[in-house]
Amino acid sequence: MQFFVDNLDLFWDAFLTTLSLSLLAGLLALVLGTLLAALRVSPITPLRALSTFYVETFRNTPLTVVFFFVIFGLPQIDFVIDFFPGSVLAVGLYTAAFVCEAVRSGINAVPAGQAEASRAIGLTFSQSLREVVLPQAFRTVVPPLGNVLIAMVKNTSIAAGFSVSELSSLLPRLVNANAGELMLVLLGVVVCYMVITLPAAFVLSRVERRVAILR
Amino acid sequence: MSSTLLFDLPGPKARARIRIATIVGGLVVLAVIGFVLWRLGGNGQLDPQRWAVLTDTRTGVPQALGEALVRTLRVAAVGMVLATLFGLLLAVGRLSDHRWVRIPTVTVIEFFRAIPLLVVIFALYFVLPKFGIQISAFAALTGGLVLYNAAVLAEIFRAGILSVDRGQREAAFGLGMRKSQVMSLVLLPQAVRRMLPVLVAQLVVLLKDSSLGFIISYFELLRQARSLVEFFTPRFGNEYTFQLYVAAGLIYIVLNVLLSQLAKYVERRTRRDKKTAATAEVAGSAEAPVGAPTGPA
Repeated sequence: MQFFVDNLDLFWDAFLTTLSLSLLAGLLALVLGTLLAALRVSPITPLRALSTFYVETFRNTPLTVVFFFVIFGLPQIDFVIDFFPGSVLAVGLYTAAFVCEAVRSGINAVPAGQAEASRAIGLTFSQSLREVVLPQAFRTVVPPLGNVLIAMVKNTSIAAGFSVSELSSLLPRLVNANAGELMLVLLGVVVCYMVITLPAAFVLSRVERRVAILR
Repeated sequence: MSSTLLFDLPGPKARARIRIATIVGGLVVLAVIGFVLWRLGGNGQLDPQRWAVLTDTRTGVPQALGEALVRTLRVAAVGMVLATLFGLLLAVGRLSDHRWVRIPTVTVIEFFRAIPLLVVIFALYFVLPKFGIQISAFAALTGGLVLYNAAVLAEIFRAGILSVDRGQREAAFGLGMRKSQVMSLVLLPQAVRRMLPVLVAQLVVLLKDSSLGFIISYFELLRQARSLVEFFTPRFGNEYTFQLYVAAGLIYIVLNVLLSQLAKYVERRTRRDKKTAATAEVAGSAEAPVGAPTGPA
């Protein structure tokens, strides 16, 4: 126990870093992903192509490579970015592709009659998407979206390789100084991650039941 | 719902508007690309001499990247085979009739699905040596990939086994087969066939995750590029940094695109086959509260 008391500050800081990294990147991913999904079903072909290209590229790029391009590549076009915002950007951009796929599957799951009806009462493309289709789509994609976001929380661990002192980075740091309490270090890190993912999974399953539409 | 329902076929006015939007959008994209190239050019990164290092065998760069590619593929291949085998074992264990088999298996699966892959790799790489077990970066990386992906694959296989029609199982028992025979001769072959697209998709994820070797200094592509950069920096400064990183990144992307194409091809073939058409719905049911079945990393 003494070990945790001694290193409480370290764990708390790392926990907050992982949490804020997850929240910021999640927000970026949700906004960008929804936008990409809207582009994906839009009437303008080049926009559809752009969105498809983005999704295919990012889905096929290891997150480590995305980190690489953001942190070592952007400075080459004169955008010097700090490690933490860089990590937010990398995780956000990467997860947006998966959010887009989830939202798009939701849009496809909305019955055709809904879109036909909204077109029939004279709503434009953006109106019918915003007012009718997307609200229903989001309700059906809560479980896959939740999976994407929880996977994202775990993915933030890669920031450890890029000088962000988040939870995973505690392992190499604490292991050498605390040879006696190895299992405690491991346990502490794992529990901290679960403190984020398990409540998130619980809240998501409640939300899912709340917003589910009976068809 | 087909997306074309969301808008009418554009009339002449709308077509004109779309054309203008297309041109404006195209110009914006071109402007962004132009800006990037301009800045890269401004920093001298487009100099052909700098890129020549990637193809010039005298510098040893192409050989080094080639070896790194082999190392990446080796981790991925060993990881794929072992993860599939362990995944099958775990899936069968989870469906066992015996509680003393089922409960430990469920614990293992849920544990490895709930924690980040990097933590597993770190645990193997930094913690095991403290107990006197020396482990190479290769073993730590492969071990992490196998443990994590076996847990994910186990859930995929389990969903596949459960999706096989109940009559198959009953008929097999009716023929007098034993439990192990029913599983290995009747249920698993059908389950694996059904889950093949999801399986291949997860193996693509495994290949992507092999890039985590960068963090524990396994000399796969990214780490190799980094070490080449460190090798060149004292003599040439940052002359070749960008080129080497781009090369390593591009090789990874090309590799993954190729495997993904294979995954798509497998999916198309599976869908064409009526016997296995149930895949899409089954894939959805593989999802449990914690962790995505294809946890992107």
